[in-house]
Parts: sequence; structure tokens; C-alpha cells
Amino acid sequence: MIAIEHLTKTIGGQTIVDDVSMGVEAGTLTVIVGTSGAGKSTLLRMINRLIAPTSGRVLINGQDTMAIPEDTLRHRIGYVIQGNGLFPHRTVSGNIATVPHLLGWDAKRIDKRVNDLLVLFQLDPAEFARKYPHELSGGQQQRVGVARALAAEPTLLLMDEPFGALDPVIRSKAQEDLLSIQRRFGTTIVLVTHDMEEAFRLGDRIAVMDDARLLQYGTPAELLISPAEGFVERLVGTTERPFRLLSLTRVADALEPGAASGEPIEMDANLRDALSHLMWCGQHMLPVRDATGAIRGRVSVDGILAHARKPI
Amino acid sequence: MGWAGIGRLVVFALLVAFLTMPDAFAFVFEPLTENNAPAIYNQGSLWSLTVSHLTIVFGAGLASTVLAVALGIFVTRPSGLEFLPLSRSLVNIGQTFPPIAVLAVAVPLVGFGEAPTFIALFLYGLLPIFENTLGGLTQVPPLTLDAARGMGMGPTRRLFSVELPLALPVILAGIRLSIIINLGTATIGSTVAAKGLGEVIIAGLQSNNLAFVLQGGLVVALLAVLIHGLMGGIERFALRRLGGERGGALA
Repeated sequence: MIAIEHLTKTIGGQTIVDDVSMGVEAGTLTVIVGTSGAGKSTLLRMINRLIAPTSGRVLINGQDTMAIPEDTLRHRIGYVIQGNGLFPHRTVSGNIATVPHLLGWDAKRIDKRVNDLLVLFQLDPAEFARKYPHELSGGQQQRVGVARALAAEPTLLLMDEPFGALDPVIRSKAQEDLLSIQRRFGTTIVLVTHDMEEAFRLGDRIAVMDDARLLQYGTPAELLISPAEGFVERLVGTTERPFRLLSLTRVADALEPGAASGEPIEMDANLRDALSHLMWCGQHMLPVRDATGAIRGRVSVDGILAHARKPI
Repeated sequence: MGWAGIGRLVVFALLVAFLTMPDAFAFVFEPLTENNAPAIYNQGSLWSLTVSHLTIVFGAGLASTVLAVALGIFVTRPSGLEFLPLSRSLVNIGQTFPPIAVLAVAVPLVGFGEAPTFIALFLYGLLPIFENTLGGLTQVPPLTLDAARGMGMGPTRRLFSVELPLALPVILAGIRLSIIINLGTATIGSTVAAKGLGEVIIAGLQSNNLAFVLQGGLVVALLAVLIHGLMGGIERFALRRLGGERGGALA
């Protein structure tokens, strides 16, 4: 869907993004992670041309973005920033209607779309449509920000530290919501964060940037199992590695035949949660049930630990 | 409506009553007169003088607003940024040059009457509006502007849909300041034969009639209080829509 080819940005002799090439597949969630000043936001903002690249190009569905008028390009790409950037002088529905309005949709279609999005983001239209952003909580503002970005049904969504300003509980809920929306609409998402935990939780693929360069780009498992030496290794966190590996694996993959006693664990849970549950209950094994509630086998501490081991 | 609102209503009623039937208030001013001089200004209708006074103040205010806001917008665009210091000096000169001196320079050029007064008030009123337009436009949160750009709003649309609405309360405060200053300053226009409330004060000074001086001054002062309150109300309304008062506590 997106092909980034040898993208470079220099400002006043300083290289902000250095010859980055990467591809993003349609319908996936790609996380760009790195410390602040690594150039990740600049890279993101070159995709919708908020920043003009010094050299290199970005193709979206094979089309060079430079060939599309910049405002037209941005109408097609959803954009969410930290602290949401809502218009303080417009109501919630006015904010969400921004891009449809720019595109000249008729009032009826806009109303319907705004209504649908409010319902989707669990904001009761009767209560929230006429409110102003300052009347909302941080979490609600953030949801309106994402709803606004999705209003014109973009196939691509760019998010720059979208959850940075939220407290941990709301942040975790917002991440869940994002994943479910992404699954539902199949939107391609590119998200920038400095939080490795968030990257592992959300990303289908993770791009690690440091000092203007793309150091490694791969699936979370690839990053954990064979991190590039140095920075990526440190960022992934060597002590956290087994636990992160476990949280990427589902119980279904560690399923053993046989029975066990105790309260069953869900097939879809990840191994980290399963292990934590086993430790808490003081059990060596517990039965596993599927979504229908049928017992499918068992999971054991040893079986789980085998998945946390360094692959040979 | 609070006490301030009721107070303003009473002041307004008193002012209208005085301007429409000033003779009914003669008893208030009589103690200030000497040698049976008239207690109420008798060389013209106070009502029509007030109307001329307000016309010239608001006319000049409108002209200052148009130029100062346009200039403020221009120097905050990327193309106009380099003109910022120059515009600032020009507007500052307008403020530091005493209006009475402007009158002296303008009279030989445009003659006596309303025109030189208009020029003096126009120049004098530029600074507060220009500075507040600058302040208002530069205070628009960068994040909001970034979001607007990122959603594909062009520069013109950003200006009219985002920047100006957000800067509006601050710009309005500048206009209010400018109008209030000029309401008092306009009285000097009467020295060059502009019709206005200054006429009453000057007539009082010339004939040593304290009653005239006081009623001229009082009418101007009450107008200032009322207009200040009214325009302040409009600003608060604009600000409330932006969440300035309640939003501050929430954020």
C-alpha cells in the first residue's frame, strides 16, 4: 500500500531522516518506534506531505504522492496527533465533520456519518454531538480525534503519538479500541510512538528508528528473537524479552493434550497472562477452553516456559 | 443579570433621559454656575452632538480595525513575516504621535471639521488593535493548526475557519480598548470644529462655566462605561464558546 523509497530529510545541514526505505502492506498496523528526535514524526509527516522530503519518494498504491495536490492527498489520509488537536471553537460533531465538509458532502450524509462514528466510539450522539471539546475528558477528546480522522473513510490513517497524553488505564482502553476498529474496517495504520510496550501491543510490524536511520523493520517476534545489535537490543530490553515473547504467543499454540483441574483459561489469551494466572493460582497446569466453552486440552508452566526460551 | 448589569441599565436610562430632556436636570448643574449663566448647554442639541461624537469615534474605529486586522493578518503569513518590524514601527508612531499634533498637521492638508479628527483618531486607534490581532493570531495552538493542515485545509481556509475564530476574543479586546481611548480623545476634535461633545467642554472652559465642562465630561465618561460593558459582554460570549473560562479549569 505504501512504499517509502530512499526518503531523506535534511534541515540546515542536519539530517533528520536518513535514506529510509520501507513498505507497508494494506490492512496492517505498522508502528514506528524510537527515542524522541529519532526522526520518526518527520518520517510520518512526509507520508502526507506535511513535510517535504529532501530526496526520495513515497508511493501510495503505486502513485507518487508528489503527483497528488497536497490538500487532496490529505483529505484521503486520516491524521491523528498527540493531544488530539481538536478545534476548540467547534462542537464535537463540527470537529468530526471537518473533512466531509471540505469534500462537500451533503448535510444528510455528514449527519449520518457523524452519528455512526459517535456510536462506534461509544459517545452517545444525543449527549455529545453539541458539546465543545473543553467539556470532554481526555479520553473522550482522544476518541473524537480518531473519529474525526476516520470521518471521510480513509484507507490510510497516520497517528503521531496518539495516546501520549492519556493515563495508563484510558490508554490501554484506547489501544484496544484502535485494534478493534482496525480489524473492523481493515484500515492501514502507521503509528508513531516512543513506547516499546505500545509498539509490541499494537504493531503487526515494528520499525525501529534511531538518529535519523531505520535500524530494523520486522514483526515483533523477529525483533525479539534477532534484534539488530546495539540500539534495538537495548530498546527491546533483554530482561523483558522472554515476557514479551510470551505476550505475543496465544495459549492455543502451547496447547497440550490431557486434562487438568481448576478454572479453565481462554484459548485466545496470551501466554504471559496465562503464566501469570498459573503462578497466582499456584497450579502447574490448568484446562483450556475455546470460545464456545468446550475444554480443548491443558496448558502447563513448563509448556509455557518452552515458548519463552531463546530459539536455537 | 447581576448587579453590574442592573447598574449599567440604570446608567443607560439616566444618560438617555439627560440627552433627550437636559433641561429637566438643570437643578443638578445650577449650583455650579455663576452670574446666572445657563446651567445646560444651549448652543446646540446635546443629543445630536452625542450622535456626531459616536459617529466619528466608531467610524475611525472601523477604519482602524480594517487596516490593523488586515496588517496583523498579513505580517503573520509566511510571505509577510519580514514586514513585521516595519509595520510595528509604523503603528507605534501612530500611537506615540499626540493626536493634538496630528490635528495641527492635518488641518492645513484637509481643512477644518471632521476630517482631521477622523485622521487623528484613526492613527491613534491602530496600535491596540494591531497588537491584539498579532497576539491573537500567534496564540492559536500550533497543534490545532497542525491538525488543520493535516486534514487538508488550505491556508485561506485555515485563516478563516480556525485562526480568526480562535483569535476573535483577543482582537475584540483590542477594538474595545481602541474605541474607549478614542471616545475621550475625540473631544479634542472640537478644537478644529468637528462636531462632538468636546464642544460642550470647550464652551464651558471659554465662558468659565463649570456646569458645561462637567456635563460634557460626564456624558463622555458614561458613554465609555456603557460601551466598555457592552463590548466586554460580546468578548465574554466569544470566549465562552472557546471554553476560555470553564475550559481553563478543566485543562
